[in-house]
Amino acid sequence: MIRGERVLFREVSVAVRAGDALLLRGANGAGKTTLLRILAGLTRPEAGRVTREAAHHWVGHREGLKPQETPREHLKLWAQAWGSGAETDSVLTRMGLARPADVAGRYLSAGQRRRTALARLLLEDRPVWLLDEPYTALDADGRNLVDDLIAAHRAKGGAVVAAIHGEAGFAASGDLTL
Amino acid sequence: MSAAPILAAFRQSLGEAWAGGAGALLPLGFLGGASVLVPLGIGSDGETLKAVGPGIIWVALALASLVTLERIFQSDAEDGTLDLWLQAGAPVSAIAAAKTLAHWLSAGLPLALFSPLLALMFQAEASPALLVNAGLYALGSLAFFFWGGVGAALSATVRRGGLLISLIALPLYVPTAIFGALAMSGGPGSAGAPLFLAASTLFACAVAPYAMAAALRLAAD
Repeated sequence: MIRGERVLFREVSVAVRAGDALLLRGANGAGKTTLLRILAGLTRPEAGRVTREAAHHWVGHREGLKPQETPREHLKLWAQAWGSGAETDSVLTRMGLARPADVAGRYLSAGQRRRTALARLLLEDRPVWLLDEPYTALDADGRNLVDDLIAAHRAKGGAVVAAIHGEAGFAASGDLTL
Repeated sequence: MSAAPILAAFRQSLGEAWAGGAGALLPLGFLGGASVLVPLGIGSDGETLKAVGPGIIWVALALASLVTLERIFQSDAEDGTLDLWLQAGAPVSAIAAAKTLAHWLSAGLPLALFSPLLALMFQAEASPALLVNAGLYALGSLAFFFWGGVGAALSATVRRGGLLISLIALPLYVPTAIFGALAMSGGPGSAGAPLFLAASTLFACAVAPYAMAAALRLAAD
């Protein structure tokens, strides 16, 4: 993968199967986000290919929450867009967002915004989760919540690819250092 | 493929247009202000005002499209929504078209509907022709918004991209402006001009969504 004039990484091979949790590691700027974006199909690699056999969820480092949008509206919108019949109230409760459910995005804390983005994972069952720094801005309770979600997802046969700095709160099936 | 993501994009853009820029009120206020300034600038001679009135409204529609579209894709690129729409499982061109249509409904169409009132301010005689003109404004402004959307998509990741949108979109506004003005001139060729105006709008609606989609994929890459 080339960014500008610089070769970011080469000869990277990644495969995830049901129940896997792959950790992407590397210094800032090593290309973790770029690799995730390639896996998601957002960025085109300079060479190589990606084979996707299952639908995926994307939680990038930008939450995708509008300043005027409340967590409840956000989840309703994406449930509608994805044709999912998920109960947004129970998702909000599960993510600890019951209290700020009707507060506009611009008034939410960074952690609440991150919880809202992560809540999208529960709207629809999709086998692969692509997570870019899922712990960012979360408190201890939020980090545990992420670990629980990932554990439940893997128990159901789901796979996770996550770029994480520092300690991950779950046992990864493999890691890749860029 | 289902239409659900497209409807959701439409709904979100409609909400955003009303939340961010007070929807139709901003362009209407803009046009109202311009209409008050024009007689001060060119004199209050009734015949002159009558002659320039239709043209001023065309210019206002063009500017309204540029002003309201500036943030349509830029905010999506900044807050990560663009990444989600690109993965929503619907054609990106359809999503872009839905967003553009939502902005036209909240800024272009109200201007067109209020144009008879504005025409009266420019000394036009009250007649059914003003309603016909309103329809022509609505048709033409749709082309303005679609071409403006291409400019907005191309400058989605550019800071202060407003000027860039104008540079990209204004040359594309030329056919619409020419046929729109001709249709209202009452001069030779004005009878067929509405058809050419409709053709230019259809062309914009058919081509612009694909250009927007390509630009948005590039913006996310």
